[in-house]
Amino acid sequence: MSILTLLIICPLLTSVLLLLPKSDKGTKSIALIGSIIQIALTGYITFLYQAIRSAGDKSQMLFESNIVWFSTLHINFHTGVDGISLVMMLLTGFVVLAGVLVSWNIKNQVKEFFFFIMLLSTGAFGFFMSLDLFMLFFFLEIAVVPKYMLIGIWGSGKKENNAMKLALMLMAGSAMVFLGIVGIYFASGYFGPHNTWDILELSKIHLPAEIQRVIYVLTFVGFGVFTAMFPFHTWAPDGHSSAPTAASMFLAGISMKLGGYGCLRVATYLMPTAAKELSWIFIILASIAIVYGAFATLMQKDLKYMNAYSSVSHCGFVVLGIAMLTKTAFAGAVMQMVSHGLMTALFFAAIGMIYDRTHTRMSDQLGGMLKQLPFIGTAFIIAGLCSLGLPGFSGFVSEMTIFTGSWEKAGLFYRVATILACASIVITAVYILRAVGKAIWGTVTNKTYLMLTDATWSERAATILLVVGIVIIGVAPFLFIRLIEPDVQYIINRIIL
Amino acid sequence: MIQKIAWMIPLFPLLGFIINSFGRKIISRNMSGIIASLMVFIPLIFAFDLFFSVTDKVTVHLFNWISAGVINIPFEFLIDPLSITMMLVVTGVGFLIHVYSIGYMGHDEHANTFFAYLNLFIFFMLLLVMGANYLILFIGWEGVGLCSYLLIGFWYKNTEYNNAARKAFVMNRIGDLGFLLGIILMLFAFGSVNFKDVFPAAGSVQSGNVTVTIITLLLMIGALGKSAQIPLYTWLPDAMAGPTPVSALIHAATMVTAGIYMIARSSILYSLAPITSGVIVVIGLATAVFAASIGLLQNDIKKVLAYSTVSQLGYMFLALGLGAYSSAMFHVTTHAFFKALLFLGAGSVMHALNNGQDIRGMGGLRKKLPITFITFLIATLAISGIPPFSGFFSKDEILAKAFASNPSLWVVGMIGALFTCFYMFRLFYLVFYGKFRGTSEQEAHVHESPLVMTIPLIVLAVLAFLGGFLNFPAIFGGKESFAEYLKPSLAGQYYGKELIPHQTELLLMASSVIILLAVIFIAWQVFVKRGTVPADETTERKGLVKLVYNKYFIDELYNSIFVKPYNFLSEKVFSWIDRVVIDGIVNSFGEISIICGRSVRKLQNGNTSFYLFVMAWAIVAMFIYLMLV
Repeated sequence: MSILTLLIICPLLTSVLLLLPKSDKGTKSIALIGSIIQIALTGYITFLYQAIRSAGDKSQMLFESNIVWFSTLHINFHTGVDGISLVMMLLTGFVVLAGVLVSWNIKNQVKEFFFFIMLLSTGAFGFFMSLDLFMLFFFLEIAVVPKYMLIGIWGSGKKENNAMKLALMLMAGSAMVFLGIVGIYFASGYFGPHNTWDILELSKIHLPAEIQRVIYVLTFVGFGVFTAMFPFHTWAPDGHSSAPTAASMFLAGISMKLGGYGCLRVATYLMPTAAKELSWIFIILASIAIVYGAFATLMQKDLKYMNAYSSVSHCGFVVLGIAMLTKTAFAGAVMQMVSHGLMTALFFAAIGMIYDRTHTRMSDQLGGMLKQLPFIGTAFIIAGLCSLGLPGFSGFVSEMTIFTGSWEKAGLFYRVATILACASIVITAVYILRAVGKAIWGTVTNKTYLMLTDATWSERAATILLVVGIVIIGVAPFLFIRLIEPDVQYIINRIIL
Repeated sequence: MIQKIAWMIPLFPLLGFIINSFGRKIISRNMSGIIASLMVFIPLIFAFDLFFSVTDKVTVHLFNWISAGVINIPFEFLIDPLSITMMLVVTGVGFLIHVYSIGYMGHDEHANTFFAYLNLFIFFMLLLVMGANYLILFIGWEGVGLCSYLLIGFWYKNTEYNNAARKAFVMNRIGDLGFLLGIILMLFAFGSVNFKDVFPAAGSVQSGNVTVTIITLLLMIGALGKSAQIPLYTWLPDAMAGPTPVSALIHAATMVTAGIYMIARSSILYSLAPITSGVIVVIGLATAVFAASIGLLQNDIKKVLAYSTVSQLGYMFLALGLGAYSSAMFHVTTHAFFKALLFLGAGSVMHALNNGQDIRGMGGLRKKLPITFITFLIATLAISGIPPFSGFFSKDEILAKAFASNPSLWVVGMIGALFTCFYMFRLFYLVFYGKFRGTSEQEAHVHESPLVMTIPLIVLAVLAFLGGFLNFPAIFGGKESFAEYLKPSLAGQYYGKELIPHQTELLLMASSVIILLAVIFIAWQVFVKRGTVPADETTERKGLVKLVYNKYFIDELYNSIFVKPYNFLSEKVFSWIDRVVIDGIVNSFGEISIICGRSVRKLQNGNTSFYLFVMAWAIVAMFIYLMLV
């Protein structure tokens, strides 16, 4: 039993415990305490991790534990972390805590709401620490189902329809992932020593190219649906628009990253030959997503739609980085996942706070929010500046790293993709500043807005938490890179081979 | 000693920003202004100390900022004559403008935020000029762009200001895209973006090398955006929406010269790229004359000055293109003095007139605003290029270099100078001479600005007057000490013998001065003697006048060839793809399953006889099948 298991137990236990108290306040407090423990635990693990690494431990995964779960099918409860999964877990900790904080004022069915949030958290933590494909899939599913509930019950607008659309598309993605990993499992028996789901063992086997091709495409597309890769992105805008604030934060902040992580850890890492042959497909799709997402954002009036489409564009960078297959681009993709996770959570939090007060998300019905709600307005602007890649925030370093890593690939095709991706920074600036100009700056048009009150303590805490994360990565990226660099090397070594 | 603590220089304004933004509810407006000014004054002292102690290059290494794969960027500062010059200009002029703002912005309810942003700007500007590699430079570059955006939109309730802010940022972004690609390309071409690696490596590159040409062109695009050159200049006149001290500091004296600084910094690369240099000459000269011609007919005091800034930046570009990097930097310096002075003077006038900006509503202010009048006159003479004011020396140096390269460049440059002289004196006469044309309310209110505003005017006036002697030309027995001082930083510049004989240079100077004096006389005839006032808005303008008055309709052109098509694409095409094509496919999957479900459902109709009927036939069918096989 390693310390990592605590990170699955903690949210799971919280989700059970919070059902006990009679008052809503008690439920909320338990959820808050639980998520604080989670983030503290992840922080502590990071600290230990760095201590062990600097003591000279070069093994690929730390805190490994391997328990047989279902021996006939070779399913093991195999957990462990490297730098990449560690930063993703840190991201999860940040977003969950922030999500709990901004949901402080939720009124109906409080218990169920936080129950599902904690279940999501369990799924995400479990997913990132899994070294066994079956478990990884298991946790992926745990993270999908609650989203349907969260949107369907606490959502707004065409919530049933949108929840269904999201669940069906994500389920289709999962189905492809499942086919892919079952394929890996059986192929590993033919071409390796024995059937296995184990990522570390699989990373030592080279499957034949024709099998790799099929599995690579299945898993990459499957996980790609989660990252809202073009053309499988339409669940994202609709799902986000109906989702309650915390669910949006979770959906864009973590759930889309499950997909990115899967593309990197499963599709690319385990199928290197196919990745080299076929990653051009995903470079094309990513380039389209980046430019198309940015253009589609231009005209969105609903702030949530705006951020959802911009997420499609930003997650396009993640896919691009992964598909470029260079060390720099991989590092950039991982950084972009974390950066986008924090930034988009902040964005949705700010939008949610504005919506709670004004009951509209239409940028043309808002205006003058900076005057009325200075704290929330500033949070929105900071999220926007990070989104448009301003130095000093995490968006700049990660995009810069991806661009450079993409340029590393010589060849006209890659160059065109890179330049297209770079060009999106102009469009991003246009839509972000339009939204800021319309909704946040300007004058108050609606008289009732003059009575609004600024952020509450919990909203302030959530905002500050996310901003701190964004700024730390933006100002001191070396702290971040130091964590992930050796592990990116493992993946790139498979590619170079 | 001072080199060791040079890294602290940008920290002071950053500290000022933090204090003023987090303490904005506690600190009084005046106190916040004083803190902000102090946080710029300390770096000024440091910069002076560096000026006296550093004559070559000192690199201050702080830490490794990022190292991922091929990217390896140390956080380093480069202290050399070029960066010291810029530091002195930024903190010197910046300090004066901070002090001035205490008076000018004292009544604004958000004065503390204003000072916080100003300090943040100084921080990023110092980062920009001190950074020892292109990425740190770029961070500062984007940072000053942010501050510019925040300050143009400082009065954010006004939608028009708001749009101006966005326009500035987006236009700069287009330039930044070029800059960013240039940096990436450089990283692969030279294996590094550190000045100390790139410049020596460039020494072994052949002149006209394709990669270097592309890199310099891309970097140039960045400079075109930041320094408001054709075709990316239209944001700067709109940027005048910001408070006047901002126009003085950011949109005249410092930030917009960042592009000039960056190219001068990369002089070695540009000297290897004759094609790029040629492009820069053409763009610079065209901008200089084009913007000056627009300035001839503008009636907003700040707009006139804005177009003159664009035009003066064009001259600096011309100098860069001609390889006269030190001349460009010299003009940057003198321009910082006189243009800051002009804007602050304009601010003083606006302050007196309750923010009136239209020169048709001014006039006869010389008696009521004596200090503003004198200082504005000095600045006007300086920008027009009348000896011995600073602008004469710096502009003449550029024109002489242009003549040496090709006399026709001199002729075109001279036309721009005539325009400049005319619109400046037109402005000057319309504001300070004749009768007051504003409202009686304004007339009663007119007063000279407080000392906190006039003292910076006086200091800048002294600098605008004497600044030219920094680089006293050789023909008057000077040592060109400014150019000599910059020599260690400008590896790309030719420091050889004079290219044109002294007699020719003297002749050029004399003829230009005579022409300029004639222009001043004509302007006096028109605007003072005859008392002509430009026609008001309702007057219909025709032909060329209409074209120039409407700034050649460039904004409208950009709007219809870029903005509208993009909006159309986004609104029509993309939403169509998403809603009809992709959702159509997704929904059709859903529909297919519903149809399947519906058809299967018909079988389960609850009718027992139907079930029995099906069962019986199925059994029969099975028997038949078994018998046949």
